[in-house]
Amino acid sequence: MKHITRKATRHVNQNEGLIFEKSSPDKAAWKLPPLDVPEVDTSKLLGSSERKDLGNMPEVSEIEIIRHFTRLSTWNYAIDLGMYPLGSCTMKYNPRVNEAVARVEGIANGHPYQPEKISQGALQILKTLSECLIEITGMDAITLQPAAGAHGEMTGLLMVRAYHQSKGNARKKILIPDSAHGTNPATAAMVNYAVENLKSDSRGMVDIAALEAQMSDDVAALMLTNPNTLGVFEQDIHKIADILHAKGGLLYMDGANMNALVGKVRPGDFGVDVMHLNLHKTFSTPHGGGGPGSGPVAIKKNLEPFLPTPVVLTKADGTLGFNYDRPQSVGRVRAFYGNFGMFVRALAYIQANGPDGLRQTTEDAVLNANYIRKGLEGTYDLPYSTPTMHEVVFSDRLQAKKGVRTMDIAKRLIDYGFHPYTTAFPLIVPGALMIEPTESEPKEELDLFIEAMKSIADEVEEDPQTVLDAPHSTRVSRLDETAAARKPILRWKPAV
Amino acid sequence: MRYLPKSPADREAMLKTIGLRSVDELFAPIPGEYRLTRDLKVPRQMAESEIVDYFRQRSRENGEGYTSFLGAGAYLHYRPVIIDSLISRGEFLTAYTPYQAEISQGTLQSIFEFQTMICELTGMEVANASMYDGSTAAAEAVMMAVRLTGRRSVVVARSLHPEYREVLATYATHQGMPLSVAGFGDDGRLNLTELEKSITPETACVLIQSPNFFGTIEDVASIAEIAHKHGAMLVVSIAEAVSLGIVEPPRQADVIAMEAQSFGVPLGFGGPYCGVIATREKYVRQMPGRLVGQTVDKQGKRGFVLTLATREQHIRREKATSNICTNQALVALMVNIFMTVYGKVGLKELAKQNLAKTAYAAGQFAKHGKLLFSGAPRFNEFVVETSEDPHAINNRLLEHKIVGGLPLKKFYPELRNAALWCCTELTTRSAIDAAVGVAAASESPVGTSKVESGLEEVAR
Repeated sequence: MKHITRKATRHVNQNEGLIFEKSSPDKAAWKLPPLDVPEVDTSKLLGSSERKDLGNMPEVSEIEIIRHFTRLSTWNYAIDLGMYPLGSCTMKYNPRVNEAVARVEGIANGHPYQPEKISQGALQILKTLSECLIEITGMDAITLQPAAGAHGEMTGLLMVRAYHQSKGNARKKILIPDSAHGTNPATAAMVNYAVENLKSDSRGMVDIAALEAQMSDDVAALMLTNPNTLGVFEQDIHKIADILHAKGGLLYMDGANMNALVGKVRPGDFGVDVMHLNLHKTFSTPHGGGGPGSGPVAIKKNLEPFLPTPVVLTKADGTLGFNYDRPQSVGRVRAFYGNFGMFVRALAYIQANGPDGLRQTTEDAVLNANYIRKGLEGTYDLPYSTPTMHEVVFSDRLQAKKGVRTMDIAKRLIDYGFHPYTTAFPLIVPGALMIEPTESEPKEELDLFIEAMKSIADEVEEDPQTVLDAPHSTRVSRLDETAAARKPILRWKPAV
Repeated sequence: MRYLPKSPADREAMLKTIGLRSVDELFAPIPGEYRLTRDLKVPRQMAESEIVDYFRQRSRENGEGYTSFLGAGAYLHYRPVIIDSLISRGEFLTAYTPYQAEISQGTLQSIFEFQTMICELTGMEVANASMYDGSTAAAEAVMMAVRLTGRRSVVVARSLHPEYREVLATYATHQGMPLSVAGFGDDGRLNLTELEKSITPETACVLIQSPNFFGTIEDVASIAEIAHKHGAMLVVSIAEAVSLGIVEPPRQADVIAMEAQSFGVPLGFGGPYCGVIATREKYVRQMPGRLVGQTVDKQGKRGFVLTLATREQHIRREKATSNICTNQALVALMVNIFMTVYGKVGLKELAKQNLAKTAYAAGQFAKHGKLLFSGAPRFNEFVVETSEDPHAINNRLLEHKIVGGLPLKKFYPELRNAALWCCTELTTRSAIDAAVGVAAASESPVGTSKVESGLEEVAR
């Protein structure tokens, strides 16, 4: 392993069992205040509904809990540790002031049903964030209710369906390019639309001729990611919109890659009718190991009647409130108003940036991706030479000759101190290496990454087995996923 | 811009390496007519201190310092300090979904423990790694029952959270899933006769909530018997997780759809919360959402991975069990830490305190108003009917910095002047006594017509 030096070093790392394995009777990490009302006889109050036993719930002390989770945390990679080049995931810095303001008392402890007159602060946050996102996307209206990107897709397609229905025909199909995220077809199915695949052309863009041929009165919408999952901006975007609109269809934009556009171009200006944003990507709210996210959906005027209820409105007296009287609404997609805590963080991010910061952020994100592309071109195969926006997709074609595939290279990258890029996606690139650095990486980190990737390419030539057996430096390596799926163990059970 | 780590010289050097003269060239792929040539109209760049000030100001306008008796699917419980200490660790906060198992064992093991504790508490055999919230979990659980039974219609209890019912209606609309609603009786519980009548051979499942929206504990055993007799599944929604400390879980259910917000998650004006689906092992392949499983690595060492991904959208696309991708992982970690802190004994004692406070409050309110649904056991919520409009009572309470119970008329017109009150371990006796005092102060009729116009507004 002669190549590894620059970024990562191994160090002692604590072992830790499952919390249940540390439990023993009468240890406790809790203490309740004395009861200031009379004790009750639970069996009298609850009768047969009384629960007697809580099974194998743990009993541990506070210091053990702190150590338990702290030790576990050290087994994770994180943005705070280094570059996280996952393509289409936009793993950018999560500002700490966002966390601080989300914890201010009236914001953290506001009850969703508290009277509107003592909810003006929260309502103002909803309104201000909505206005910012409408301006950034160039759309006309927005709902913040969806809890994540896929949830936003569903909400968007529900509105598409309601729109067509209001015209007398809900239509049957959604067109989805072969480069799309898996959530797009899964969402179309949830809204009871058939999915029709649309192929890409040699530039990795929507094949205009194919689109023209496939577009019909049965097509409700095209779901397009722009820039697409190759990191390529759909240059014929307006032609695409025109083809759809000519036959009464709508253009849905998956905003997963909005980090390439903010402040530089607005989807509303290039023909998009409905789109979702991922606040946990573009607007810096933390991924937290898989969530929470937030997936606002921005729309053009003609879709406004169909927004989920409630919507925020300004009342005659100037105060803010919720409007539930929306007869054409698609209904609710979630209880209450959405992942409010994420709205707070996203707004704080926009405030910290301002218009100049948002634009510079986008420029840096695109600059970083192009710098990596330049650094690795030649070393890795670039299947599409079309200009790169915020992410670049290579393939493992050169390394595959030695039997090394994208996942092996990804695993080896771990030994160099980096999180892997996205592997084997998009599906139109066999053996894809999909790299999105975001704006958060300094030049030094990018140089280390390029160096690491080149070093791995050398290893593939000189000693492919090292790469095939990677990672070598982690607590566990190449876990048996087949066994996990064949005979699932999904919970701990006490030894009998 | 303080989040951006490059100097102008760095940018210059990078452009040179790429072979470009200016940043604009990077954006050449975007047709010129669409490029934005002006500043976005968003707030100007603010200093950190200004941002903090802005949100402190919003906080002061948002019920800061009020004592609240609101529950109804969002509960104020004490959050042990270590929850935020631990979830603030960057390795949890700023990590992605644990697809790369070798460098995600911390997240994966913690989810495995979460799944285990949810199983222990619900009496189910498997639990997923989280759903968006209780309402979407309930809708997805129903769709799961539809897939499992091959039937399409659903009977929903009217005592299920009204907003959960709305969400289900939205999800069901285009799935060709007819919904019918079964009402509640004088004891606030699902009316079993109506339930019998609503079930048909096409009923995939019965969806109830327990404790239900009124805080009343349903007779799950009898409901399960009726559902199962007709070949339908029983899906039980649990919105108040702390009830599991003292209320027997709905073990007879086939699927449990839970909202775990009560376990250490801030109210946060309605989210982010933490939905979970738990079920029997035999149904796991129709369960939506991520799952963590135990396995071994190439040296035989115990480790954890995301598993059964063939259910999920990134593998199955339009044939997936759900389109869910991002879930509520960090919130599930809060829940996990909360469950670990209270554990086997603490959860029970915590639930007992909720029960005692509520019993006391219900008793006090009953002296001045009519306690509805007293014929069945309840957990930490109760419904009081007053002769005065509850909005008027709440208006008076607000002057004392007290937020009264939720007026139910909006959701249940037949319950007219009833309101849903909630007490938790954080509700003090003095707050209860004060609220009862203010509420009772004008039980004698006041000029209701005068205040009425402003009342609806105050309630929402």
